[in-house]
Amino acid sequence: MDFFQALTQHGFLQNAVLASVLASSACGMVGTYVVVKRIGFLAGGIAHAVLGGMGAALFFGFLPMLGALVTAVIAALVLGLVKLHAREQEDILISAFWAAGMAVGILFISQTPGYQVDLMTYLFGNVLLVSKQQLLMMLILNVVLVVTIILFYKQFTAITFDEEFARLRGLPVTALYLILLCLTAVSIVLMIQVVGLILVIALLTLPAAISQHYTQTMKSMMGLAVILGTLFCLTGLGVSYSLDVPSGATIILVTALAYLILTILHRCRT
Amino acid sequence: MSKAIEIVDLTFRYGDLLVLDAIDIEVELNEFIGVVGPNAGGKSTLLKIVLGLLQPDRGKVTVLGTTPSKARKKLGYVPQYPTFPRDFPITVGQTVLMGRLGVTKPFAGYATSDISVAEQAMTETEIQHLASRRLNTLSGGQLQRVMLARALVSQPELMLLDEPTSNIDTRLESEIFDLLKELNKRMAIVVVSHDVGFISKYVERVACLNRTLVCHKTETIDGRTLQQLYGSDVHMVAHRHS
Repeated sequence: MDFFQALTQHGFLQNAVLASVLASSACGMVGTYVVVKRIGFLAGGIAHAVLGGMGAALFFGFLPMLGALVTAVIAALVLGLVKLHAREQEDILISAFWAAGMAVGILFISQTPGYQVDLMTYLFGNVLLVSKQQLLMMLILNVVLVVTIILFYKQFTAITFDEEFARLRGLPVTALYLILLCLTAVSIVLMIQVVGLILVIALLTLPAAISQHYTQTMKSMMGLAVILGTLFCLTGLGVSYSLDVPSGATIILVTALAYLILTILHRCRT
Repeated sequence: MSKAIEIVDLTFRYGDLLVLDAIDIEVELNEFIGVVGPNAGGKSTLLKIVLGLLQPDRGKVTVLGTTPSKARKKLGYVPQYPTFPRDFPITVGQTVLMGRLGVTKPFAGYATSDISVAEQAMTETEIQHLASRRLNTLSGGQLQRVMLARALVSQPELMLLDEPTSNIDTRLESEIFDLLKELNKRMAIVVVSHDVGFISKYVERVACLNRTLVCHKTETIDGRTLQQLYGSDVHMVAHRHS
């Protein structure tokens, strides 16, 4: 059946499209900071550690997304402080969070009945299963993201651009950096439903990385990254629906392919 | 408040390495002073202590009548190398505007007054035609002017520059120093350099720093001073820059 025709008939597809748009706008805005500050690995650590919180929430009967949010913020704060104060330990600690978080998650989930379906959804996402309640939560988190970024746009740009100069101008660099990492954590949680926590990193970094080639400022880089992310998500969703293959993996492959082609084109031109 | 900088008996170590040893110096509010000395002689370290980025092991540092970190917002600083990635997606105008941080309103964008101050600074440093260019399209000399403009927009009372001309050719070097001379009418300027001969034409005093510090009036610098400073025979060539 044609994707667009199905879209008019099925509520779950409409929800999926909405979720893709919400996740893409978050990843475009925050991903821009992740790319220019080069903290992709740190973001990966946060994303994987989140499974621990989701597993625990599931086991104790809370909303998994709530568990994810709490864990993501804690991981962001701890890893952020490590990055600022004990840089030599950074990659070790990120790896530890990465693996230990997943281990905790797997153990909790294995002790919860009916785990197999849930586990695959958390790892690789299933945007077709997004509920109204999750959509509402995504919308709220998105609003929080947008408002915070608008309020502190010049400060965030300053600390990612030139940390020493920002400090000399009297900005609270540590606090701002931790807030920025918390925003990253929030957007990771937003995207987990769409592409899962293993694939999240690609959607967070690749649209912004492509956008960097074609834009002059942080604002326009964010704008283009949002548009590209939405485009990749919807294309992936359409393809996965038509071919009846998993949506998360398809979205990531579309994104990675676009990144590869556009980067080669950009290299050839310059 | 009577002095731009007052340093009494300052000592600083990196681990076991004694970098600055019992430094005393005073810089007047209208002064233009050069700091010269060999590499690793402690020049950049001294600037970072005045900026409050490093804490001395011993001694008292007073900047504009207060502690370095409290004086920070009234200081302008031009680092030796850009402390930011060149490929960052940002224009010249926005980079310069960042100097308004700490002075401007706390939330959302910059105020109209910030933008006019930034335009003024760009005019003064002759980069207004570059305002909408992205940083990675600039030459070394243009980038240096951007960093100078960024330091100027915070309307500092004391400007600190670390080898501002090490990456650019001599003609541009003179232009930058002519500009500094002009700025000296409204602020104190401390400029770190490796080129004694060149800066002595512009500054009133030269502080020679090689772990310890000795100040000279520019006209009294001779071969013996330089030999003491650099620790080996230095040939001084009398020459004029035109």
